[in-house]
Amino acid sequence: MASKNINILVKIWRQNGPLAQGAFEEHALKDISTDMSFLEMIDVLNEWLTRKGLEPIAFDHDCREGICGMCGAMVNGTAHGPDKETTLCQLHMRRFKDGDTIVIEPFRTQGFPIVKDLIIDRSALDRIIAAGGFVSVNTGSPQDGNTILIPQHVAEQAMDAAACIGCGACAAACPNGSAMLFASAKVSQLALLPQGQQEAKKRAINMVLQMDKDGFGNCSNHRECENVCPKGITIRNIARLNREFMKGSFAIDH
Amino acid sequence: MQLDSKIPEGPLAEKWDKCRFSNKLVNPANKRKYEVIIVGTGLAGASAAATLAELGYNVKSFCIQDSPRRAHSIAAQGGINAAKNYQGDGDSIFRLFYDTVKGGDFRAREANVYRLAQVSNNIIDQCVAQGVPFAREYGGTLANRSFGGAQVSRTFYARGQTGQQLLLGAYSAMMRQVATGKVQMYTRREMMDVVVVDGVARGIVCRNLITGEIEKYSAHAVVLATGGYGNVYFLSTNAMASNVTASWRAYKRGAGFANPCYVQIHPTCIPVHGDYQSKLTLMSESLRNDGRVWVPKKAGDTRKASDIPMDERDYYLERKYPSFGNLVPRDVASRNAKEMCDAGLGVGETGLGVYLDFSDAIKRDGLDVIMRKYGNLFQMYEKIVDTDPAKEPMMIYPAVHYTMGGLWVDYHLMTTLPGLYATGECNFSDHGANRLGASALMQGLADGYFVLPYTIGNYLATVAPTPTDTNDAAFDQSVEMVKDQTEKLMKNTRSGKGKETVDHYHRELGKVMWDNCGMARNAEGLKTAINKIPEIRAEFWENVTVPGSGQELNQSLERAGRVADFLEFAELLAKDALAREESCGGHFREESQTDEHEAKRDDENFSHVSVWEYKGEGTEPVMHKEPLTFENVTPSQRSYK
Ligand SMILES: Cc1cc2nc3c(=O)[nH]c(=O)nc-3n(C[C@H](O)[C@H](O)[C@H](O)COP(=O)(O)OP(=O)(O)OC[C@H]3O[C@@H](n4cnc5c(N)ncnc54)[C@H](O)[C@@H]3O)c2cc1C
Ligand code: SF4
Ligand code: FES
Repeated sequence: MASKNINILVKIWRQNGPLAQGAFEEHALKDISTDMSFLEMIDVLNEWLTRKGLEPIAFDHDCREGICGMCGAMVNGTAHGPDKETTLCQLHMRRFKDGDTIVIEPFRTQGFPIVKDLIIDRSALDRIIAAGGFVSVNTGSPQDGNTILIPQHVAEQAMDAAACIGCGACAAACPNGSAMLFASAKVSQLALLPQGQQEAKKRAINMVLQMDKDGFGNCSNHRECENVCPKGITIRNIARLNREFMKGSFAIDH
Repeated sequence: MQLDSKIPEGPLAEKWDKCRFSNKLVNPANKRKYEVIIVGTGLAGASAAATLAELGYNVKSFCIQDSPRRAHSIAAQGGINAAKNYQGDGDSIFRLFYDTVKGGDFRAREANVYRLAQVSNNIIDQCVAQGVPFAREYGGTLANRSFGGAQVSRTFYARGQTGQQLLLGAYSAMMRQVATGKVQMYTRREMMDVVVVDGVARGIVCRNLITGEIEKYSAHAVVLATGGYGNVYFLSTNAMASNVTASWRAYKRGAGFANPCYVQIHPTCIPVHGDYQSKLTLMSESLRNDGRVWVPKKAGDTRKASDIPMDERDYYLERKYPSFGNLVPRDVASRNAKEMCDAGLGVGETGLGVYLDFSDAIKRDGLDVIMRKYGNLFQMYEKIVDTDPAKEPMMIYPAVHYTMGGLWVDYHLMTTLPGLYATGECNFSDHGANRLGASALMQGLADGYFVLPYTIGNYLATVAPTPTDTNDAAFDQSVEMVKDQTEKLMKNTRSGKGKETVDHYHRELGKVMWDNCGMARNAEGLKTAINKIPEIRAEFWENVTVPGSGQELNQSLERAGRVADFLEFAELLAKDALAREESCGGHFREESQTDEHEAKRDDENFSHVSVWEYKGEGTEPVMHKEPLTFENVTPSQRSYK
């Protein structure tokens, strides 16, 4: 843990509301410990702004352990910053050098209107889940958990897909603003498991339709989503979604 | 304040059946005429929202985050207990019950804990049916691990992300009901008050965190599922928004607060590394299955771990507790780490850390095996600390993790305020003075899927199914109270007098709490805290600066409101700790120890739940006692020697 201190220049997006004009604001930060997390660096800046009576930068975060999916921003043009499979809250300042300029802006895509500064409205992702991202089973007395055996590798594959944290980085990185990686992760998880297979086709169709309604674009295989996903969700899931969607389109009259 | 626990008569195993049978039922056709407010979308809240909506009730659900899926439950790693006995290793409902009561150091109600063990199996079945990808054996059956020193393998898990997967299951079930319109979802709302009309809970008042508007919501019953208050210590493993506000406001409206001093301090967290630190990260307890805990024998030894020869290391847990060794319960492991560091034997830059060393396990089992078990944890550690635990020992230190105390509830999960329920970590019910690993997830889901949906009907059946509204003057009074507070919090900045940030005061409070109400407590320290907390509080109101306005998204204001409540609540916590002159569970009272310096419980004088009643601003709260009786187990002193 060889900590040292660096000086950096931060260019950070400020925008007072969804319709307000936004702009970059610059702050020179001195003696930033390289052991700090990226969000702790913003905390330090915010404490300084607050003491001066200025409004701190609004940003979303909660768990600060890479699991809640609440944090996220573009750092020098990359969603969640330069580290592979790392959320913004898990990025550390040791990734940066003395004298670096760091440009920070919100995820920008049609599906996620800006609320304030780095905060965006990702409620569309909840609507996509509400459209079909579940197994239709009521609380009650289902059969014993071991009645249906699930091969270990299938459970593991389902878990790989289920690891999505709903951060929205995939949509922010996609040139088409598509949320396919997000939707496909849920479709895959449930299509892989016997419990979810009954509704697999209907689920795929309903979730894709909702995505369209919320203004997300289509997938044209740029693979940017996969590159920025902090949980290593692969585009194989999108192929699986497409399969379910095709099966569903033939089967369902609509 | 009347404390009627409403525990049904009869044998332990029949109580829950009896309760369900004697409960009044709401006519199915009438269910759609009732509205229930559920604050919180963690395991406890989301599961209740989904289930009540499936039953036909209309649910209004609230959370602070931008999506219900982000509740703090998402961060739970290790697993969830159930008495399935799939491993055939001698588990049973009674054993899970016994372990939980004993783990809680005989400070929980037998009847509640037994019910928890009874419904634990249904939880697993329910989650499997929802598509929760639990770990499986090669043959396709559900896998188990042993956890938290349990002698049987009863913990179900989904990699290191069990909380996430269980929560996403409950969230999906709830979103399905959002789509049908049975659940109305209100995100980015912070509950600021419970509204009481004619002595019963009839609604809440929230701050809309986007617009700043103070909104009123009415219902026939209100459920709080708002999580724990660990952040009163500033640094903890809890998420940043975890707070006491909802339960504290309920307390001020007449809900008794039980055992606020019962706080769990987890032994394996990444140590503090600087003043800018914002939260602490848990390293799963499972690491102690293979890691060996040690410190140098000589104080001030600054050599690298690998340069310290075997005979100059003190494997103090193995030395002091030969039969449990590194697997002693959380409180024992935490307290011993603190003692070592207090004696100057701690390691790392701050001296507030002990080693957790995997080198022997790697030699024994090979790096492959160890990485398969702990690879993701090693990675997480390396991301934060920048050293590789496969090469150098981890450094760990205890951190505040979970709060067993909370709103007092009866067997039906109703607080002392009629119509107000509390579920999950925000109630006090099942863990006594200490929670076992993998039991919080179990309790949250038990409350939400399998207990509340039955018991709330018993209350609603007595309430007229007429539409509710927010016309009563009590709603406006609550709104005024909240607006007043906002005004007060912002005045210093306007007058130019505000000098210090909210975090500054939160940090100061945290230090007082950690130093005086932490792992080991004594009367003197607790009195110091009781004197200091009001001083910090006064200074906070005098000098805190909160920029911006109340009529917009303002995160400083959000935090200020939470810290204002922590500053009041902390004093109650310290008072409760002072009154409990025994050591029990996670609470080590220095005046009450055995000759061997181990915790000494005092059943004669303290076998009770301490329930605090609010008596108004500036008036001392009053403590009531709910006696605890044990008919099915015999309280024993815990011994891990
Ligand atoms: C790092 C970590 C690991 C853990 N691992 C395990 C484990 O392996 N096994 C285990 O059993 N337990 C574990 N626990 C404990 C367990 O996760 C929690 O006790 C449990 O998830 C709490 O669930 P809950 O539903 O009661 O509350 P939470 O999940 O905390 O949810 C609280 C909800 O209330 C909302 N809320 C709070 N205040 C307000 C307000 N004023 N207004 C509106 N909404 C509000 C929040 O937005 C949130 O939706 C762990 C805890 C931590 C910190
Ligand atoms: S798929 Fe990856 S990038 Fe997209 S929301 Fe899920 S975790 Fe985030
Ligand atoms: S703050 Fe939770 S994932 Fe980053």
